[in-house]
Amino acid sequence: MRVLISWIVGLGFVSALLVAFFMPREKVEPTAAVEFHKEAKEVHFSFDGPFGKYDRQQLQRGFQVYQEVCSACHSMKLVAFRDLEEIGFSKPEVKALASQWKTEVPAINPDTGEATTRKAIPSDYFPAPYANETAARAANNNALPPDMSLLAKAREGGPHYIYSLITGYQDQPAELLKKFPDAKTPTGLHYNPYFANLNIAMPPPLVADGQVTYADGTPATVDQMSKDVSAFLMWAAEPKLENRHRWGIAVLIYLLIATGLAYGAYRNIWRDKKH
Amino acid sequence: MSFPWAENYEPKHPLTKWIDAKLPLPRLVYNAVGAGYPVPRNLNYFWNFGVLAGLALTFQIVTGIVLAMHYASTADGAFASVESIMRDVNGGWFLRYMHMNGASMFFIVVYIHIFRGLFYGSYKAPREMVWLLGVVIFLLMMATAFMGYVLPWGQMSFWGAQVITGFFSAIPIVGDPIHTWLLGGFAPDNAALNRFFSLHYLLPFVIAGVIVLHIWALHIPGSNNPTGVDVKGPQDTVPFHPYYTAKDGFGVGVFLVVFSILLFFYPNTLGHPDNYIQANPLSTPAHIVPEWYFWPFYAILRAFTVNWLWIPAKLWGVIAMFSSILLLFFLPWLDNSPVRSANYRPAYRIAFWVLVLDVLVLGWIGKSPAEEPYVRIGQFAAAYYFAHFLLIVPIIAIVEKTKPLPNSISESVLHGEAEEAAPIGVGSAH
Repeated sequence: MRVLISWIVGLGFVSALLVAFFMPREKVEPTAAVEFHKEAKEVHFSFDGPFGKYDRQQLQRGFQVYQEVCSACHSMKLVAFRDLEEIGFSKPEVKALASQWKTEVPAINPDTGEATTRKAIPSDYFPAPYANETAARAANNNALPPDMSLLAKAREGGPHYIYSLITGYQDQPAELLKKFPDAKTPTGLHYNPYFANLNIAMPPPLVADGQVTYADGTPATVDQMSKDVSAFLMWAAEPKLENRHRWGIAVLIYLLIATGLAYGAYRNIWRDKKH
Repeated sequence: MSFPWAENYEPKHPLTKWIDAKLPLPRLVYNAVGAGYPVPRNLNYFWNFGVLAGLALTFQIVTGIVLAMHYASTADGAFASVESIMRDVNGGWFLRYMHMNGASMFFIVVYIHIFRGLFYGSYKAPREMVWLLGVVIFLLMMATAFMGYVLPWGQMSFWGAQVITGFFSAIPIVGDPIHTWLLGGFAPDNAALNRFFSLHYLLPFVIAGVIVLHIWALHIPGSNNPTGVDVKGPQDTVPFHPYYTAKDGFGVGVFLVVFSILLFFYPNTLGHPDNYIQANPLSTPAHIVPEWYFWPFYAILRAFTVNWLWIPAKLWGVIAMFSSILLLFFLPWLDNSPVRSANYRPAYRIAFWVLVLDVLVLGWIGKSPAEEPYVRIGQFAAAYYFAHFLLIVPIIAIVEKTKPLPNSISESVLHGEAEEAAPIGVGSAH
């Protein structure tokens, strides 16, 4: 009886699925975004792998690129000026960087209570370039430049993706236009095969060697700047990566020894017990 | 309190005598996980996973309690509070990554634990209650994990909550009011986030309670074993302590090594990048994907694409997804074979491995976008899932010719050889 019930119930589910299985499918037209999208480039960063560490010089250069280029449009609201001490800036340097930041911090006039602005101090988070989302969209052809605090963790491929995207701008391939005549990049957008739908609103941010003059004298090629800023964004997203790697190595050494001892204890106790 | 076949506890020290007379807690420990609990001597490493699941729950509760001290359950503040834990709380990144990956570890060990039970017939008489309580724990875990994933209020949190709570709107007629009532609004927002936080904090303790019942029910018949043959006498067992405490100690070590590799070196590998973007009700992610441990069930949900037998496709999907777990409650009575262990059931053994493969395929489909060929593969795999439990297993139980069972556990272990003396200091096993 129960086998009968189970068969009736089972055949209900199975029939519904098999009917669905044999339903004809609508033909899916191939799209340019599927055929021409590229995976992130292979690029090595100093923080890759279990022993990886940040390169302080590179992070400082990357910060400089963010400060001089990206921060014109992209906010980074989870990173504070004080955090820059972790990448090798001294306290006075951080203070100077904060007070000289291009946008000031919203404040209240202590005498009148009116809204005003003041210079940033080390405990402030990086001031956003736009007052709000509407202002950001209005200034960017209705596209919203994403906040960069977590960007390197919020995209598949992380810093590798960011590097590929910045260096990946190109003319739309003739082959694409031949195959998909309707997929021409609209005016105001830019073709980039690393971007999910191939057409990104952001114009190429790093276009010329020497766009940033590095304080440490490193030649500022587009490739170098792209790599540096990607590394900086990884640090911004994951500032505790080095602690994590350090703890991880120590914990694993401890655990491997402890597990070895536990195995020895287990074998010893079971020594004469067949099982 | 004692278990039917536990050894009698005899306190020796006056203090333990005094305590045992007032509160027989030492007796309970001795009988439950001490030298007084005889366990089949032939358990393999798959029997480590119950203890590991308990350990994983403990980690989740401990890290979760500390995280809750720093977390703000408001739609405006949740995302930032999680990031402040990651950046500004001392060791906060460690707590958060441990909690986040601890959930994955919990599901990994529980899935192995469940499949262990399926292979060795641990759900069969006399252990049906152990199995039923186990399925209850699994359901509670799924609810807890789902609500926990909503708390960081990232994009996948929000849209996952949108999809999962949307199940209730599939209920005919009253679906929409129930959906609104459960969420406290028309879409997930502050009200939903707060109740999820409250329940996410509550349910782990409910799980702990059901685990007590699960272990209690286990101790009535005692553990199953790889032969599936009942314990016949003291030569078949060893005391839980020190034999299995030692073996579990090693198992815990291996578990911690795997957990640490994940936590310290690949903390975001099992997560979805979109959850590092703050929830935005106006922007739907390209693909809404649940956490990996829900992929097989998500595949079953999405496999139903046609209205069939006057039931709409969406309702079919929801019913099937819940049924795929609820049918486990009936398994002890669907599988009528008197032989427990698949080692002596050649046909069931093949069906078991096909099921494992099928669930892996479903997981892969659940992760993949709803496009061809994935949808079709998913429909076939989902059909097989139901066929396994509802059509194949009941028939195998009737027609299968099983292999001869060993007379006893000790016979299968010793092959007629004599037992050797126990090592010095451990004492005689029986």
